[in-house]
Amino acid sequence: LTQCIAGPYCTKLFADHGAEVIKIERPGTGDVSRSMPPFWHDEPHLEGSGLFLHLNTNKKSVTLDISTDAGRKVLLDLVRDADILVENFPPGAMASWGLDYATLSQFNPRLVMTSISNFGQTGPYRDYKMTEITLYALGSTMQVTGMPDRPPLKLGLTVENVYAGMVSATATMGAFMGADLSGEGQYVDLALMEIQAANQDRAVQGHMIYQYVGGPTGGWTRSGGGSQGRNILPVGVYPCADGYVQFFTLQPLWDRVCRMIDREDLIDDAHFRAPENFTNNAEVKAEFDAILLEWLLQHTKREVMEKSQSCGYMCGAINTMEDVFEDPHLAARGFLAEIDHPHTGPLKYPGAQFKMSETPWRAGRAPLLGEHTREVLSGVLSYSDSEIDALRQQGVV
Amino acid sequence: MSKLPLEGIRVIDMTVVWAGPFGGALLGDLGAEVIKIDSTHRLDPNSRGQNFTIEQLRENGHDDVSPDARPYNLSANFNSVGRNKKSVTMDLLRPEGREVFYRLAANSDVFIENNAPDVVHRLGIDYETLKQHNPKLIMASLPAFGTVGPYSHFRAYGANMEAVVGHTLLRLYPDTDATNATGVFLADAAGGATGAFAVMAALYHRRKTGRGQFIDLSQAENVMHTLSQAVMDYSMNGRVQTSYGNRNPNRAPQGVYRCAGDDAWLALSVGTNGEFRSLCDVLGQPSLADDPRFTNLAARQKHHDEIDAIIEAWTVDKDHYEVFHTLQASGVPASPVLNTAEVFADPHLRARDDWQQVTHPEAGTYWHLRSPIHHMSKTPLYIRKHAALLGEDNEYVYKQVCGYTDEEYQRFVDNGHAVTEVVNSRT
Repeated sequence: LTQCIAGPYCTKLFADHGAEVIKIERPGTGDVSRSMPPFWHDEPHLEGSGLFLHLNTNKKSVTLDISTDAGRKVLLDLVRDADILVENFPPGAMASWGLDYATLSQFNPRLVMTSISNFGQTGPYRDYKMTEITLYALGSTMQVTGMPDRPPLKLGLTVENVYAGMVSATATMGAFMGADLSGEGQYVDLALMEIQAANQDRAVQGHMIYQYVGGPTGGWTRSGGGSQGRNILPVGVYPCADGYVQFFTLQPLWDRVCRMIDREDLIDDAHFRAPENFTNNAEVKAEFDAILLEWLLQHTKREVMEKSQSCGYMCGAINTMEDVFEDPHLAARGFLAEIDHPHTGPLKYPGAQFKMSETPWRAGRAPLLGEHTREVLSGVLSYSDSEIDALRQQGVV
Repeated sequence: MSKLPLEGIRVIDMTVVWAGPFGGALLGDLGAEVIKIDSTHRLDPNSRGQNFTIEQLRENGHDDVSPDARPYNLSANFNSVGRNKKSVTMDLLRPEGREVFYRLAANSDVFIENNAPDVVHRLGIDYETLKQHNPKLIMASLPAFGTVGPYSHFRAYGANMEAVVGHTLLRLYPDTDATNATGVFLADAAGGATGAFAVMAALYHRRKTGRGQFIDLSQAENVMHTLSQAVMDYSMNGRVQTSYGNRNPNRAPQGVYRCAGDDAWLALSVGTNGEFRSLCDVLGQPSLADDPRFTNLAARQKHHDEIDAIIEAWTVDKDHYEVFHTLQASGVPASPVLNTAEVFADPHLRARDDWQQVTHPEAGTYWHLRSPIHHMSKTPLYIRKHAALLGEDNEYVYKQVCGYTDEEYQRFVDNGHAVTEVVNSRT
C-alpha cells in the first residue's frame, strides 16, 4: 500500500529479492509516481514513468479502493495470508478506513505492519507536509552542504527519499525475522525525519562531536569549493582534461600522490615535506596544486582515476549519466539490467543492489496498472468471476 | 517485552569507516550480538577515528572523562555507531590470531566487512576459507565497487563512489562547476542500510534451507538506485540530466531563504496552485495568487527569481522555526534548515523519545539518537550497551565463544593478541 518513492523503494527491495509483493493501487490513476517524470519519450502516460518503472520492478498490481467497505473487505482477505503490509499514507488515514494495526492484527497476528510517514505517527509535527528539500533540511547535513557564502544546497533528485526506503526495508525485514520465529507480528512506525537525523552521512558523528566539543554544526562546515584538505594532498574536486575527478584521503599518503603524477622525485622533497609547508600552508598548497593541475589536465578523468587508484590514492571520476552507461566496470559486472516492458520495450535499469551467491536477483518488470487484479482475486483469494465482476462494476477494483 | 528480532544471531563485524559500521549497528539495534574485530596494531582512520583528547573534552565541561581514557575509545564515530557492539582483538597477521578468528567464525552466523577488497584475502579470512570452518556462515562484503570487476581493487569513500555513478553533477549550484561540490557520503549510509537488509535476507534463506552464502554489495551500485529519475531519463530518452540546485522542475517556488540570525535558513517547496495560494495568504499578499506571472507552475518557473525575492523579503527578519510553523499551519511544505545543535534540541524528536542517555566508561555520559528504526510496537529498540572499549570483551569472546581455556586465554594476552591497548600503531 505504498506510493511515491520511499515506500515503493522499500517494497522493491523485497520484490527484487524474491518476495511476492502485491501492490495495491487506486483504481484509475494508481500510484502517484505513475504521473511523475521522466516519461518514456517525454509522453506522460500511466505506464511510462521511469521513476515508477524503476521503483516497482517485480511487483504485482491490484487496483482496489480501500476506502470503500467492499474494498476494505478484499484487503482484509489479503491481510489474512500476508506476512508484511507496508503503507505510507498520511498518519491517521489507515485508521479512518478501519485498517489500523490493532484491527489488522486481529485478522492476522503474525502480520508485520510498517507505516512510513514524514514525521511518524505521533509528535507535534505529525501532520506537517514534507518534500525532498525540506526532508534534507531537517537532518542537519543540508546546513553543511554547499558553499560558505551561499545558501545551503540540497542533494540531487530525491535521493534521501530513496535512502529512507532502504532503511525502511531493513526495519521491516528485522520485524519480519522476529515474527517469523515467534509467530507474533508487530507495528513499525518509521519517520523520514528520524531516518534523516540519524543519517550515517555526517549527521551521526556530528551529534557526538557537538556534544564533545560544541559548535552548532557538529564539526562540519559548508566547504564546497577548491581543495578541502588542510595539507597539500588533494581532497575534493579537481579539473582534468575532459571533466573532473574527486580525490579523498584521511591519511598522509604523499608518496602515493607523487607516484600518481609521475613525480617520484618529490617524495623526499625537503621543501614540500617540511611540516610547516605540508600542513596549513595555503601558499605551498597552491604551489603543489599547480604541479598537480599540469598533470591532471593532460589526462582524462578515467585515466586519472585508474592511475590514482593503481597508486593506492582514493579517486573517482565525476561521471555524467552517459559516462555511467559506458563505464567498463559496471558493464563487466552486468549491473545495468535490461528489462522489457509492454509500453516502453526493453530498457536498461539499475540492477542488483547486492549479489547473493545462492539466491540471485530477479530482473522482472513493473506491473501495468491493475494487471494482476483478476489473478490475485481469483488465484490468491479464490473469488469467483461473478464476485470480481461485481467489484469491478462498483468501481472497487 | 518480547525477544528482540535478531536475538541469538552472532555477527562478526570487521568493518571500517562508515558504511560497514552502520550496517553492523542496525543488526545490533535489532538484537544481534555484534562483535567488532579491533586490530592490535592498526587503527583505521575513521572507524575508531575522529578522535578527541581528554583535554578537549575537559575544556568543554565533560568532567566525567576518565583520566586514563585512550584516544581510540574517544572516537566520535565509533562511540555512536558502535552502540550495542562488543569488541575483541587479535593479530590477524600471525597464524595463531587467525586461528582465533576461525574459531570465532565457526561459532558465528554472520561476518560483515567493508575493507579494501584485498584485505580479507591477505589475512586468510575470505569466504572460501571461512566456509570450510563454517559452511552455514553468511559473509557480506561491502566494498566500494564490489568484489569482482575492473574497479574491484579500487579504494574509495562515499564522495568518490557517488561521483562515479553520476550523483555529483546532479547536486551543484546551477551556475557553478563541479569544483564547488561538497564531499557527501550518502553511499556509506545507503550501503550500511542495504547491507543489513541483505544479511537478514540471507539469514531468512538459511532458516529455510540451512545454507549459508556470500553477499557482494557494491556501495557504488547500491547508491545508484537513489538516482532513479536521472538513470531512467538517460535510459528512456538519452537525456543527460544536470543539476537543478535547490529548485525542482515540477514544483515552484522551491528554494532556501535567508531568515533572521546567523546562517539561518528556511527550505520551502510549493507543488500545487492551492499551496501557492496558501503561501500568498501567509505572505500577506493574497492577490499574488491571481497575478498572471504566478498562476500556474510554468508561469512560476518563468518568474521564479521574482517569487524568491518576495519570499525572502518576508523571511529575512523572521525566525526560521517560527516561519516553519506558520507555513505548515497553512499547509505549505516548509522546514527550517536545522544545524546539529537544533536537531539535538528539536521538540519533535524529543517528543518521540528519540534520544537516549548512555554512559561510556571512558568518554562520559552523552545523548545518543536511538536507532532510526526504533519505533517497534512489541520490541522497541534501545541502546542496550555503550560502544565497546577496544578489547573490552576479549575474555568473553576467547573463552565463552571460542572455547579457549583460562591458560590458553592468558597466552593470547601475553602474546599480544587479546589487548586493550594498540601497540605500534601504524596506518
